[in-house]
Amino acid sequence: MQLNSREGTNELRRRLLICGVGVAGLFAGIGLRLYRLQVGQGETWRSLSENNRIRLQRLAATRGLIYDRNGDPLVDNRPSFDVVVVPEDTEDLAATIQRVARFLRVPDLNVKQLVQAARGRPPYESLVIRRDVDYDAVVALETHQLELPGVSLDAGPLRTYPYGPVGSHLFGYVGEISESELGQNPGYRMGDLIGKAGAEKSWETRLRGVPGGQQIEVDALGRKLRVLSRVPQTQGNNMILSVDRRLQLFIEQRMAEHQGSVVVMKPDTGEILAMVSKPTFDPNVFARGIRRDEWRQLTGDRLKPLNNRAIHGQYPPGSTFKIVTAAAALEEGQVTPFTRIFCGGSYRFANRTFRCWKRGGHGSVDLHRALVESCDVYFYQVGVKLGVDAIADYSHRFGLGEPTGIALDHEKPGLIPSTGWKRARFGEPWFQGETLSVAIGQGYVLATPLQMASVIATVANGGTRYRPHFVRRIENAAGDVVEEILPEVVGTAGLRKSTLLQLREALRDVVNAPRGTGKKAKLPNIDVGGKTGTSQVFKMGKQTKTHNLARHLRDHAWFVAFAPVDAPEIAIAVLIEHAGGGGGAVAAPVAHDVADFYFALTRGRSYQVASAGTPERGA
Amino acid sequence: MRLMFDRRLVYHFDFVLMLLMLAIVGIGTVSVYSADYDPASSRGAIFAARQAMWATLGVLGALIMVAFDYRKLERYAYVAYAAGLALLLAVPVIGSTTNGSKRWLDFGFFSLQPSEMMKLALIIVLARYFHRSMRPEGLRLRDLAVPALLSLPPVALILAQPDLGTAGVFCFVVASMVVLAGPSPRTWAIIGGVALSVLPAMPYLMSHLKPYQLKRIETFLSPELDPLGAGYHVIQSKIAIGSGGLYGKGFLHGTQNQLHFLPEQHTDFIFSVFSEEWGFVGATILISLYLALMMRGLVVVGRAKERFGALLAFGVLSNVLWQAVINLGMTTGMLPVVGITLPFFSYGGSSLVTLMAGLGLVINVNMRRFSKDRIPNL
Repeated sequence: MQLNSREGTNELRRRLLICGVGVAGLFAGIGLRLYRLQVGQGETWRSLSENNRIRLQRLAATRGLIYDRNGDPLVDNRPSFDVVVVPEDTEDLAATIQRVARFLRVPDLNVKQLVQAARGRPPYESLVIRRDVDYDAVVALETHQLELPGVSLDAGPLRTYPYGPVGSHLFGYVGEISESELGQNPGYRMGDLIGKAGAEKSWETRLRGVPGGQQIEVDALGRKLRVLSRVPQTQGNNMILSVDRRLQLFIEQRMAEHQGSVVVMKPDTGEILAMVSKPTFDPNVFARGIRRDEWRQLTGDRLKPLNNRAIHGQYPPGSTFKIVTAAAALEEGQVTPFTRIFCGGSYRFANRTFRCWKRGGHGSVDLHRALVESCDVYFYQVGVKLGVDAIADYSHRFGLGEPTGIALDHEKPGLIPSTGWKRARFGEPWFQGETLSVAIGQGYVLATPLQMASVIATVANGGTRYRPHFVRRIENAAGDVVEEILPEVVGTAGLRKSTLLQLREALRDVVNAPRGTGKKAKLPNIDVGGKTGTSQVFKMGKQTKTHNLARHLRDHAWFVAFAPVDAPEIAIAVLIEHAGGGGGAVAAPVAHDVADFYFALTRGRSYQVASAGTPERGA
Repeated sequence: MRLMFDRRLVYHFDFVLMLLMLAIVGIGTVSVYSADYDPASSRGAIFAARQAMWATLGVLGALIMVAFDYRKLERYAYVAYAAGLALLLAVPVIGSTTNGSKRWLDFGFFSLQPSEMMKLALIIVLARYFHRSMRPEGLRLRDLAVPALLSLPPVALILAQPDLGTAGVFCFVVASMVVLAGPSPRTWAIIGGVALSVLPAMPYLMSHLKPYQLKRIETFLSPELDPLGAGYHVIQSKIAIGSGGLYGKGFLHGTQNQLHFLPEQHTDFIFSVFSEEWGFVGATILISLYLALMMRGLVVVGRAKERFGALLAFGVLSNVLWQAVINLGMTTGMLPVVGITLPFFSYGGSSLVTLMAGLGLVINVNMRRFSKDRIPNL
């Protein structure tokens, strides 16, 4: 069908005519608008442009607070004053900043860096010279206002961590956004604060809130005259953690002399009650803007205080790993509870002698005794029977060799070796001799304290693996629950009831039997189950000259525990780096104190009365 | 294929349309120079030179679009459509992100904005569809189903980038073509009826939105509520335009621009730069050029040999029109800031070249209005 018919053409022409009129109308409308703006109101706009007085001011949203499980604040905001400058309103930016430095008595102010930062940004946008100045500085600046055009004080909330270094690895810290973060986070601007580590980082979107802003009219000196329009900011949401502040505080104090980590979780939910990493740092220095020398000191420290050892530290789990080996052996039918193996203090395999920690040997042991007394020879032989791949299989069932998935950054996976892994990693076949070390948690095996806490929690709760989490719920400023974090099952160890029973009875006797290696964790009236571990840092005779500090050669001490054995409420993992003693001697007493403190808290007087006479009361 | 040097064809080449377009492009390039002018560096010259290079490519593109009989496009309409859609689909996969949205394909020395190509492809496909489905009594409602289905994927993909402004222009262009194709009175009545009945239902729908969703809609509709972003830009743009007065502040003397009060000064807000420097007189001349271009274009549409040509030219022109109107409306503070550039004027290679090539098609339609070639009927 063609358009050639007269009728069609006329119809089209008619429509085009209407279109033409419409187009002309649209342009006439724009013309009228231009006339009004440029001719009608031209003078007004011109005076506005000659003295462009409209400034844009961002109103930072108040960041959400972080509370512990009982509603005690862990991370707070307090009012503070920042000194800011609008470069455009100054005569000479560098000179102005120098003058401010003089009034504030801060000679270390980096003028060059600030002037550099001001370049490439619109000159009317304010720049923070110094955060959180004290009252004297506020008074000094107020009195010298006329000498400092463009400089003003910005009142706003400052992030504070009332307990300083307590829990700083878990809570994290905030800092000014970096250029690379700016690229990845739309909606942020230069100078905004952003979570840099820990919960502050991984829960940034909930904590941040929505920044507001206002257009303000200023005078020629950049002083605020009035607010033209304004969008209020929305406060960030508050976070209620599963952490118990009192327990966290207690463990921090108990661990004051040690390097290492303690993780306490609820076996039946995966909730973290406390997560301690030592040495630690004070997150407050980040909130007010960390100085270069402070940063250098923190990052240069050999003890790496910024590392959260609970998730970033990977250690050979030592004998605590025997729980996994024992579970594998029972499940695979390689041993029965009645199988006995003779330990004469060492075991010869493939022309090498593998020693038991007890030089004199344990004699004839069954699985129960092998765990209670941590007999290495028993597990060497079980390991050979199982083979490394079966051990790896059960390790994975307990969640080892992969991150637990806790909502924290850069969690380490640990390492569970297998024949496939070795071929891929080194291009070499697996040697059976290596399986012996693996069976007792040495050799290539690595695990984080959080992973080991999860292992013992899994044994305690009957074989279910929960994702470790430390946030219970998110509430908005009005107190309404916005989000609730429920326990999440990530897998099951798939163990038979009989296996679990066997393991639990053995772990009970590790602490409670006269010959148990973990006797120091024994509580007078509550059954604690646990397993000691001592992981070798260097093999005898293989020391290298780079490690000339004796402390660095010492073994790590482990203790994993749960209590009460028959209805577990807590799972504990204690790791002490370079302890200078075994798990039973150094780590078990820490676990004892942690459990003791926990039950004193939860059982109150009745527990205290019952346990009266216990020598080491923690609280 | 008929050679473009056929004397009769050269005779019918629409130099007026071409010159109008080149005049706008020329003024635009000069404004890019001014918008990026920086006494301390050659920034302005660099951007102006790049824009001039794109303009040269645009002229070449327009000449290529003139060189063949536009009726061939009718045959390859769906190929063009598929190609455009493929490019658009590639954006979320390999596109580059700027300001939080993915709109570009980066080819190293230049980047491509597939939504621009897609617009042209959609216009061709719709022109073909309406050409074939013409009925004397007007389009029935069901005749609009295919155009709607054809428009949906590109619009959805562009919304997802997200590029609300461009998606809006798409809808305007499609609507314009539908109007020209001529819905029947009954179709008009239904569309009108639905529109009228949805309006009263709006408050009800709004009450079911979450507060933050409402807030987003509010800020979109009235940017003054967002003093941090769009609202601030609009105020600064109005100060720039208004302070230009009757005769302007003179070339390179726009203080609003030179002091960096204007955002996106060489793309979205270039009209503000121009108006500040050239005043009401300059601005009137510029919009008169656009008006003349449109009018001359509509004449071409009216003279087109067949429906396909008329719809093709009309689609291209309506794109220019809506982009211009939206951009001018937003810089003068009448419309929300949606990031639409001023056609032929704003800095940007992909958009300039496709717009110029598109206008080549309009010239093509005009040139071959006496040709004996026909589109084969169904």
